[in-house]
Amino acid sequence: MAKFKHPQILTCSDLITGDVMFMQEGDWNRDHRRAKVAHTEEEAAALLARGLADFAKNRVIDVYLVDIAISADGHPEPIHYREKIRTLGPTMRLDLGKQAEATFAGDI
Amino acid sequence: MNIAVTPPVDKPGSNQRPAMYYYDHFDRDFVQERVAEFRNQVERRLSGALSEDEFRPHRLMNGLYLQLHAYMLRVAVPYGTVSSDQMRQLALIADKWDKGYGHFTTRQNIQFNWPQLKDVPDILQALADVEMHAIQTSGNCIRNVTADHFAGAAADELEDPRPTAELIRQWSTNHPEYTYLPRKFKLALTGSTADRAAVMLHDIGLRIVKNPEGDIGYTVIVGGGLGRTPMVGKLVKDFLPRADLLAYLAAILSVYNRYGRRDNKYKARIKILVHETGLEAFKAEVEAEYAAMDRSGTNADPAELARIAAYFASPVFETVDAGDLEVHKAAHPDFARFVDTNVAPHKANGYAIVTASIKPYGGVPGDVTSAQMRLLAAVADQYSCREMRISHEQNVIFPHVKQSDLFALWQMLKTDDLATANAGLITDIIACPGMDYCALATARSIPIAQEISKLFANEERQKLIGKLGIKISGCINACGHHHIAAIGILGLEKSGKESYQITLGGDPTFSASIGERLGPGLDAEEVPHVIDSLVNIYLQQRQGDELFIDTYRRVGQAPFKPALEREVEDGSDI
Ligand code: SF4
Repeated sequence: MAKFKHPQILTCSDLITGDVMFMQEGDWNRDHRRAKVAHTEEEAAALLARGLADFAKNRVIDVYLVDIAISADGHPEPIHYREKIRTLGPTMRLDLGKQAEATFAGDI
Repeated sequence: MNIAVTPPVDKPGSNQRPAMYYYDHFDRDFVQERVAEFRNQVERRLSGALSEDEFRPHRLMNGLYLQLHAYMLRVAVPYGTVSSDQMRQLALIADKWDKGYGHFTTRQNIQFNWPQLKDVPDILQALADVEMHAIQTSGNCIRNVTADHFAGAAADELEDPRPTAELIRQWSTNHPEYTYLPRKFKLALTGSTADRAAVMLHDIGLRIVKNPEGDIGYTVIVGGGLGRTPMVGKLVKDFLPRADLLAYLAAILSVYNRYGRRDNKYKARIKILVHETGLEAFKAEVEAEYAAMDRSGTNADPAELARIAAYFASPVFETVDAGDLEVHKAAHPDFARFVDTNVAPHKANGYAIVTASIKPYGGVPGDVTSAQMRLLAAVADQYSCREMRISHEQNVIFPHVKQSDLFALWQMLKTDDLATANAGLITDIIACPGMDYCALATARSIPIAQEISKLFANEERQKLIGKLGIKISGCINACGHHHIAAIGILGLEKSGKESYQITLGGDPTFSASIGERLGPGLDAEEVPHVIDSLVNIYLQQRQGDELFIDTYRRVGQAPFKPALEREVEDGSDI
């Protein structure tokens, strides 16, 4: 596993829909801002283990950890631009992806 | 694929149906079986009976990828030929199971960016209903055979390459020896004196030629390709008699299957084998294989090729003149510009080939809405024998249009932004999906294309610049063909930021060359200005009506270097 440098959240794709999901306290959620943040390597390993268990149960695919920073309003935001794009949708089609949904426009 | 002989529904050349291949019962059964098989595989995946590791090869064999935001389904458009009925079905799929649009790719296919796994069997059924599928659009097999998008219509054509392409498609589809090649395998064909199919840059490129005795055959080029290690294909056979085609292809593929590097995916393409073996040794291997094999058991019966060719018989062209074309051009300068740029010479008097641009200024290259698909289908019904082609340049071609209909056709296209007069010009940018969709991307490509397109939207300036290809890829895999652009742009990552490398001097035609890197990578916002500077330098340097590539070959890269330096100095346009 890569060296733990930043807090992390866990992401996957939903098996049935292909939708991008993030692990929150109880289960997967489509909104990365609700994702559970791992602040230590151990917490990250525990998150990943939960995700891989869901992969093994054939609920989700493409499970991996994402480096994040905590935004000014206290939410996790991916550091890398690839993962930022993945939380929102295509950058030149703001009418598509999560960024287009009303629930993602406002506060959570 | 073996095929049983069933005659086309209507008489070929009757204009009642598009001149393209139609499924016989064997094709229909095969595609139908594959739909049922995949439906079963999806059911088993959703029930948990199949793991992802077990299912993944099956979904890839049916063109279903997992991308950045969702699944993506790549639908094969054999050699780019699509009927109006098929286009309407693609529109239906876009509306019913996707988000109302599709994306034409640089391999003449169409991709849907948002299908849900549970719906894919229904989508495949909808495709099968109009004789389409997504088979072999992924995996280490022989992919969709591409061909000149002006095939069967071009004034400079010796022979329509599509019957040969269809023969190869049938022969290679589901072929047990070619289902697990060392790596994916791409063929392209042209039957013209001009290369619009980039045959020099494919695993195998075929050019239909005539020998001094007047016989038709093929020039065979092997080992071209883009990606991480771009290479121009090498001439392996100057003249291959037509009857020997499949045996010779089989010999090449046998040598590749035997010696291709399966240990390292970055060295697994046939271009590396040809390069590492050496051209002469590779040719000797192929010739030895060819001499030893049972050729008659592999080659197609000439009657079979003739049967396939009958499907592609030219429409019956009427004796027509250009009507009021010149009058309309004089009255409508924007129409005159469209005719200048988007209309190409046809083999029949009074006809023309029209390119509908899928590159509106500031738009997404290759993206079409379902409404635009229906409009394209309606135009084809009315003006182009119910047939279209998807070009590898991500545009749509109407192959057989009466010149006297051009004005009416243009008016129709204009109603939904499909008549941009920029075919082959600097804003006719090829761009792969890049990081806005693609899971493999290292940077975005579409927004770069959009900014450049907006910057050069002035049509007078475009006319002054003339034909100039810009191509953009979002990673080293080079789906955007940046290596063979006059000006290529490759999106990479540098220190956690997108960074863009510029290459100059690529050429996709028979005189193919791979572009050379200009200098260090640029930030995204710098790219349009640097392109502008490069174009200005070209305009200063060019002699007469020289193309960019000719100027570049004459003066070299040095005069273009200041485009980067000046950008660094003042951060603005020069
Ligand atoms: S070039 Fe790279 S980013 Fe672009 S479509 Fe191909 S794999 Fe994806």
